[in-house]
Amino acid sequence: MTGAVPEPVLVARGLRKRYGAVEVLAGVDLAVASGEVACLIGPSGGGKSTLLRCLNVLERPSGGSISVFGEALCRDDGTGVRVAPERTLRRARSRMPMVFQHFNLFSHRTVLQNVMEGPVTVLGLDREAAIDRARRLLRDVGMADREDHYPDQISGGQKQRVAIARAMAMAPSVILFDEPTSALDPQLVKGILAIINDLARQEITMLIVTHEMKFARDVADRVHFCDGGRIVESGCPDDIFQRPRTARLADFVRSIHE
Amino acid sequence: MHRFFFREVPEYFPFLLQGAWITLVLSLVSMACGLALGLAVALGRLSPYRAVRWPLDAYVELWRDTPLIVQLLFIYFTLPEFGLTLPAFWAGVAGLSLNLAAYLSEVFRAAIAAIDPGQRQAALSLGMSRVAIYRRVVLPQMFRATLPTVGGYFIALLKDCSLVSFISVNELLRHANIVIADTFDSMNTYIMVGFIYFVMSFGSARLIGLLERRLTPRHQRHGAAMLPGPKGAAA
Ligand SMILES: Nc1ncnc2c1ncn2[C@@H]1O[C@H](COP(=O)(O)OP(=O)(O)O)[C@@H](O)[C@H]1O
Ligand SMILES: [Mg+2]
Repeated sequence: MTGAVPEPVLVARGLRKRYGAVEVLAGVDLAVASGEVACLIGPSGGGKSTLLRCLNVLERPSGGSISVFGEALCRDDGTGVRVAPERTLRRARSRMPMVFQHFNLFSHRTVLQNVMEGPVTVLGLDREAAIDRARRLLRDVGMADREDHYPDQISGGQKQRVAIARAMAMAPSVILFDEPTSALDPQLVKGILAIINDLARQEITMLIVTHEMKFARDVADRVHFCDGGRIVESGCPDDIFQRPRTARLADFVRSIHE
Repeated sequence: MHRFFFREVPEYFPFLLQGAWITLVLSLVSMACGLALGLAVALGRLSPYRAVRWPLDAYVELWRDTPLIVQLLFIYFTLPEFGLTLPAFWAGVAGLSLNLAAYLSEVFRAAIAAIDPGQRQAALSLGMSRVAIYRRVVLPQMFRATLPTVGGYFIALLKDCSLVSFISVNELLRHANIVIADTFDSMNTYIMVGFIYFVMSFGSARLIGLLERRLTPRHQRHGAAMLPGPKGAAA
């Protein structure tokens, strides 16, 4: 033990988001340490997706603060939320890309072009280097032989592999996953989870919204339970799944196992 | 008895072709202006600001709810009274492209709205700028989706150009009328004019079809659904 606390790369304090009269996030406190794999679990409609979209400021929070890599993306000085300039947001997003439930591949681009898009337009890599990088990542996710296919020619599981490669092509420090396997047929889920598991062994920090409890238990360093717009409970997987401290978490865990 | 067809090319045929050339140039210039303006109006109408949207909505309504010929006559004959005099050709370009832009802006706006917002979100989440997202994700898909419709508008425009003869642009129909005034041979002249319009429209339609084919990935081309597509191994 060195006693050094790993520095958090992602911190949210008192994060709020309302849509009209509905308060979807009601003061979220969350910290994700560098290299950590954090899973976010909780009932549907609890605000998990909204939280992820607020963290990279795809949605403008209504209150609270966010800092990523030690840089404030959004802060609340009491008079209102101040969001960092567009350039700062873009740089943070490029280091913290997102993988979506419904893949969201660019439908007019081939598999290879999808993976190259970020490196070319955002990172300014030249074409040759971007192609090399994209091919290497496609090989890693088992999609090397599909590089010239269009998204409408491949299965859901394959789309998600490409989407993961597209995120990895940014050489990110953090990846945000929003239910990456929820739209997939059961037999395709394993393959995607295995890929994420491989990434978990690398240095990349990950925040994963998931309903796959066994996966969360195996892969996560920390699990956060989100319900009613708050992080109700956080802890290591054993504590969360074996020794829930709140009735809400206990109910949720029970409902999953039924 | 009327002479039905010609044993030789009539001497005024080159004069008609000259008119056809003006029609073609007028169409191309108006199309280019109409596309640019239509796109700008479509983007403006997607703006979050009411002050931007409202005047553009009004423009589109006004232009779609009045006849093109009235718009042309207004630009050519009425605007000079307000101190804006345009040469006939440019009055024609202004009238045709303002009219076209009103329609195209609707076509573009609908096509942009139809693009899955998830793709824009994915682009944003990679750190792409709004300009880059339009350039790389939104507009390419919009153009591909609207190409057949835009092509249809171009062919309609070629023919609408005949209205510009009313404001004394020397295009095909006006040249035809000059010929008829001279020869009294309206039947053969109009047959030739119809033939020239047909060749221009048909040729354009073929070119647009080729362009559309080129811009469509092989597997999405017409008839490709029947062919066995590349099979994805189970992921
Ligand atoms: N853009 C939006 N406009 C209005 N309400 C929204 C919007 N996005 C999400 N919500 C609402 O916020 C709540 C939380 O949604 P979400 O973050 O998707 O939850 P989860 O991902 O945990 O299922 C839901 O009640 C949903 O209806
Ligand atoms: Mg969700």
